[in-house]
Amino acid sequence: MRLYPIIIFAAAAAPATAVEVNVVYLERQTVRPPVLSNLDERPEDLGIAGARLAVEDNASSGKFLGHDYRLDVLQVAPEDAFDPALLGDADLIIADAPPADLNALADARPDALIFNATGSDDGLRAGGCRTNLLHSTPSDAMLADALGQFVASRRWEDLAMIVGPRDEDAALAETYQQSLAKFGAAIESEKIWPFDADLRRSAGAEVPLFTQELGEYDLLLIADSADDFARYVPFNTWLPRPVAGGAGLHAKGWAPVVEQAGAAQLQSRFVELAGRDMAPEDFGAWVAMRSIGEAVTRTGKADAASIRDHVLSDEFELAAFLGRPLSYRGWDGQLRQPVPLVTAEALVAQAPLEGFLHEVNEMDTLGVDRRESECRAFDGG
Amino acid sequence: MRLILAALTLTTFLTPALADEIWVTNEKDDTVSVIDVATQEVINTYPTGERPRGLTFAQDHSVLYICASDSDTVQVMNPDTGEILHELPSGEDPEQFVLHPDNRHLYIANEDDAITTVVDTETRSVVAQIDVGIEPEGMAISPDGKVQITTSETTNMAHWIDTETNRIFANTLVDARPRDAEFAKDGTELWVSAEIGGTVSVFNVADQSEITKIAFEITGVHPDKVQPVGMRMTPDQKTMFIALGPANHIAVVDAETYAVRDYILVGRRVWHMDFSPDDSLLFTTNGVSGDVTVIDVASEKALKTIKVGRFPWGAAARPTSN
Repeated sequence: MRLYPIIIFAAAAAPATAVEVNVVYLERQTVRPPVLSNLDERPEDLGIAGARLAVEDNASSGKFLGHDYRLDVLQVAPEDAFDPALLGDADLIIADAPPADLNALADARPDALIFNATGSDDGLRAGGCRTNLLHSTPSDAMLADALGQFVASRRWEDLAMIVGPRDEDAALAETYQQSLAKFGAAIESEKIWPFDADLRRSAGAEVPLFTQELGEYDLLLIADSADDFARYVPFNTWLPRPVAGGAGLHAKGWAPVVEQAGAAQLQSRFVELAGRDMAPEDFGAWVAMRSIGEAVTRTGKADAASIRDHVLSDEFELAAFLGRPLSYRGWDGQLRQPVPLVTAEALVAQAPLEGFLHEVNEMDTLGVDRRESECRAFDGG
Repeated sequence: MRLILAALTLTTFLTPALADEIWVTNEKDDTVSVIDVATQEVINTYPTGERPRGLTFAQDHSVLYICASDSDTVQVMNPDTGEILHELPSGEDPEQFVLHPDNRHLYIANEDDAITTVVDTETRSVVAQIDVGIEPEGMAISPDGKVQITTSETTNMAHWIDTETNRIFANTLVDARPRDAEFAKDGTELWVSAEIGGTVSVFNVADQSEITKIAFEITGVHPDKVQPVGMRMTPDQKTMFIALGPANHIAVVDAETYAVRDYILVGRRVWHMDFSPDDSLLFTTNGVSGDVTVIDVASEKALKTIKVGRFPWGAAARPTSN
């Protein structure tokens, strides 16, 4: 366990009635599954750097209003047990943690407001939702729906899918299936990824034969939750077809290629701070910290209950460089946000796509809508 | 007959100064386009520094100042020739600026640095740098030159700067992502547009209190796409035109009642605008469609679209007929 503070104090000229905003960033480290590529280093400050940047952004309003922001980072190593008591009496928490730990924390600390900044698990937002746990990163269902809208807008009706061998891959494949069904496309053929050899050397020989058995299709989806094998598939398929999901076209909460709506400013500020590109985890943490800052700026209050009330109210809107104001869904605490569809080099599209309409908010065409939600705990549900 | 036509053409060619002009920065082409107000055609395109955005003329229109954002400089152009005469120190990433009524000091928003830089255009030196919020953009100055306004996009504030001391004396919160500020009614009111908030706040300059907040509603356009950016008040101080970004409309607001009178359909992603020197026409820059829409101010109707460069950003008028 490691604890260190990041503090930004207001300017000396600030009004005397200071408000102190204390936020703890929890990084519950886990052992990641092994992947073939040696190039994917997880940055040590993944997520944390996003929260740090947002502290600076918040402090830029705070210095004129007499609001001080303090961010403490708590890192719990994979081999250590997670105990909610580690967080002491912190009541504003931004968390990068697995679902079980998030739920344990939320149950142990009903007085705290917790932002899940990195986890896309739909279960957290469904029957097992907690009213003090908000989600500042897109759910798997939202990401799948973004791809589904794109598939529908391209009129690609017949899809093939490769599913990884892990349980998480099967769950992701199921999410893709449901989403595609919603938008009128179907997966006609599906294969489980069978290779346990080092595909980095043999993909060119093996993948064409493997994908030949998929028959005719418009688009090949890959369900690869660990980001392991999907990258070896594009350009090695038997038919010359585009690839999406785990490789090729990705749906992400944020990507370094997002530059419209002033996003280039956020990207360059982030690179200056962290010395690397901004990842979806960083953006989720940035949104969480900015959500807290926006609530403090508008209400002048820094307690968890006041911030939760404001963030879930109709008044709340966050400018987050995606071209539309972000807000939180009253029925499950999920952030409403546009979802970029990207390749490594460019933004291809941004969901919700033109023509996907909704009676309240077009962003609610992505993910689980009020009527479908199994979350009953929220009063706005 | 043929001879007369030829003579007419020759005359036009030799005396381009007979026409008023609208100058437009093309953010993604690194050029400015010059539009002839009479013929409503592009008559010249001049190269600039990288990513030109804000532009403004000196009071006598003898030089044009251009924010070349990615070149980190303000360029000074001779509008008769398109020649860059010299460059001014501007701080990093100048986006938008305003010229003080003394015709000498430029107040420049440094978007990447959270600073407002004050530059003396005569000595070509930086007079002051003022810490403001993150991503400063909207710049305005009161008609008496005493108050300069900088709005910051991520801090969501209008910063009120005393131009004698170059210090902030007040900060007012506005809705999300303020983009433009305009003084109105002889400097008694300040209007600030909030792009993501979708509103325009009107302040009483005397005590910085909010008078009203204007919202917009266009049939068939989703509220999230109504994103107010640039604003311009008619010289009679009765009407404010407000560009609504990706809503692709200009709102016409009655400045007496603050009611929205009409919405005018223009090109895609409308950013900024300026009046022709005789105030009869309004030229809007449409970023995504890469063109300029001409609006008849009296009838509040769009007349014509003029193709310019990629991502037209700012517009400034230059009278050349008198």
